[in-house]
Amino acid sequence: MTALLQVEGLRVEIPTPMGRLHAVRGVDLALGAGETLCLVGESGCGKSLTALALMGLLPRAARRSATRFAFAGEDLQRAGERRMADLRGNRLAMIFQEPMTSLNPSWSIGNQLEEGWLRHRGGHRAAARERALHLLERVGITGAAQRLGQYPHELSGGLRQRVMIAMALMCAPALMIADEPTTALDVTVQAQILHLLKELQREFGMGLILITHDLGIVARVADRVAVMYAGEIVEQGPVAQLFARPAHPYTRGLLACIPVPGRLAPGERLGTIPGVVSPPIGTLTGCQFRNRCAEAEDQCATRAFELRGLGGSHRLRCRLGNAI
Amino acid sequence: MLQYALKRAVLALLVALTVSLICFLLVNLSTDVATAMAGEGATAETIDAIRHQYGLDRPLAVQYFEWLGHAARGDFGDSLYFHTPVAALVAERMPTTMVLGAAALGFALLLSIPLGVIAALKPNSWIDRLALTIAVVGQAMPTFWFALLLMYLFGVTLHLLPISGGDTWQHFILPSVALGYYATPAIMRLTRSGMLEVLESDYIRTARAKGLRNTSVLFKHALRNAVAPVVALAAVQLGFLLGGSVVIETVFALNGLGYLAWEAIGHNDFPVVQAVVLLISLVYIVLTLLADLANAWLDPRIRIA
Ligand SMILES: Nc1ncnc2c1ncn2[C@@H]1O[C@H](COP(=O)(O)OP(=O)(O)OP(=O)(O)O)[C@@H](O)[C@H]1O
Ligand SMILES: [Mg+2]
Repeated sequence: MTALLQVEGLRVEIPTPMGRLHAVRGVDLALGAGETLCLVGESGCGKSLTALALMGLLPRAARRSATRFAFAGEDLQRAGERRMADLRGNRLAMIFQEPMTSLNPSWSIGNQLEEGWLRHRGGHRAAARERALHLLERVGITGAAQRLGQYPHELSGGLRQRVMIAMALMCAPALMIADEPTTALDVTVQAQILHLLKELQREFGMGLILITHDLGIVARVADRVAVMYAGEIVEQGPVAQLFARPAHPYTRGLLACIPVPGRLAPGERLGTIPGVVSPPIGTLTGCQFRNRCAEAEDQCATRAFELRGLGGSHRLRCRLGNAI
Repeated sequence: MLQYALKRAVLALLVALTVSLICFLLVNLSTDVATAMAGEGATAETIDAIRHQYGLDRPLAVQYFEWLGHAARGDFGDSLYFHTPVAALVAERMPTTMVLGAAALGFALLLSIPLGVIAALKPNSWIDRLALTIAVVGQAMPTFWFALLLMYLFGVTLHLLPISGGDTWQHFILPSVALGYYATPAIMRLTRSGMLEVLESDYIRTARAKGLRNTSVLFKHALRNAVAPVVALAAVQLGFLLGGSVVIETVFALNGLGYLAWEAIGHNDFPVVQAVVLLISLVYIVLTLLADLANAWLDPRIRIA
């Protein structure tokens, strides 16, 4: 399996009135073609900013840096906006977390679906329209032909999200980043969409980075899981291994309320762990989870923890690990 | 869309009727019409005779409907000062003012929209500061003073442009700039803030996620949403510009409606004042209606409202 995406030391920093927010702190990600990586973690831990950083779509104030950023064998670390724009929507696509506001209110659904294809593939509008129609049907929208002429405000949230999914699929991207793509949808539609994503993934060998809160989804679709906390990946590994032998106290906390790992009811949410996340602002030392961790020791406040291997590709950022 | 347009049109008609009533009352309650018509030094009997002859002793409501009926047919009576039909006077002066208003608005839009867009694209850059300076100066400087400045610079010192009268299109350049500059700050600030807001929106991120070129992100996705409020503002500004034409036409001796209003007020020529005020108000109402319709066309969400 050739690596589709290889990212090392990804950082995102945003200046705020309280100081510099280290929203993403040295994230390493690797993904092969046809592989699914799930990114999980509590709200605000930096999942969306990680995704936006990969797309080159960070908010204006945010600064990105990385020690390595390769996509399909190409070094994108110094890639300019022009090169990124050539890739986006073509080889690299993203579904956003906000389906209600992600479509332009002034243009019809059809127009917004077609324009990405026309930008990257050119040719006649008719071909783009045919593709749009096909994908709308694939994402389970009935009366797709009429929908093309409608405007976003005429569609429900669920429909809008499906349009967004179809839009991301227009040029059959090599890598798809889906940021909570099914949160707004009901359970049956959710299953349908995930099924579709998996199917398209098989069809095109598409790499998929799926951000979700839903551990049931993780269990069903992930090959590998990365658990994020306060801008860092604290544990990463193959889904079966990570569910069977979670090593980080945070991961264990997340999985605590789930009775049978790997066989979850759909819609199962992350467990709640007592305490609150302190935002990673200013100079940070030690493990950020320590104030919520039952097993914290003095050294957790001062030591710098690196991700280290636990066997296979299971990796952990914690002083614990061997004891399990 | 058609239903929306009809609804708006009916509303505009109601507003127009209200305005006509205000126009009528303004004159009839502020001056004694019979005294004004009789002229200076008229005896009490003459005034009474005029009051009776023109039906000014009847209830105001009756007079209003009669006036409205005539006005609707374009009959505003005779001017007390020029001694010609008001309608003819207005028709003669109107084109000058319309040209001036349109040119002034055109100048304002051409200056303020690009400046607003560039300022939004590069906030806090030198061009943003320049735009801000233009806005502040434009708002602080009285129109007539700016007009005199232009006259002095381009007319007296450089001899580039004529400064008085309205015979050629060159005569309209300085008045249009002087008048249009007045509308620039508001339009520019709205364009800038609209663009800033739209550029941060999720659908712009979507457009960029599709890899669209900057020009199409900017013009197709951003500008169209950002200028929707500008259309309404431009209509309002044009109304102000027509009002401001009183000063500008007087300064540049342009023989338009504004100048006519100025003369009429000076001579207590109330039929002319009434007609000009009513006409400018009507133009204003029509502009607002057109702006509403343009907005509905730009933003499909409004159409069903
Ligand atoms: N434009 C921004 N300006 C300042 N701070 C931001 C901005 N965008 C995100 N943040 C902050 O960065 C942190 C990470 O945000 P991010 O959106 O990546 O979280 P997330 O993991 O996707 O959360 P959720 O599950 O709620 O979507 C949060 O603390 C958030 O408040
Ligand atoms: Mg998010």
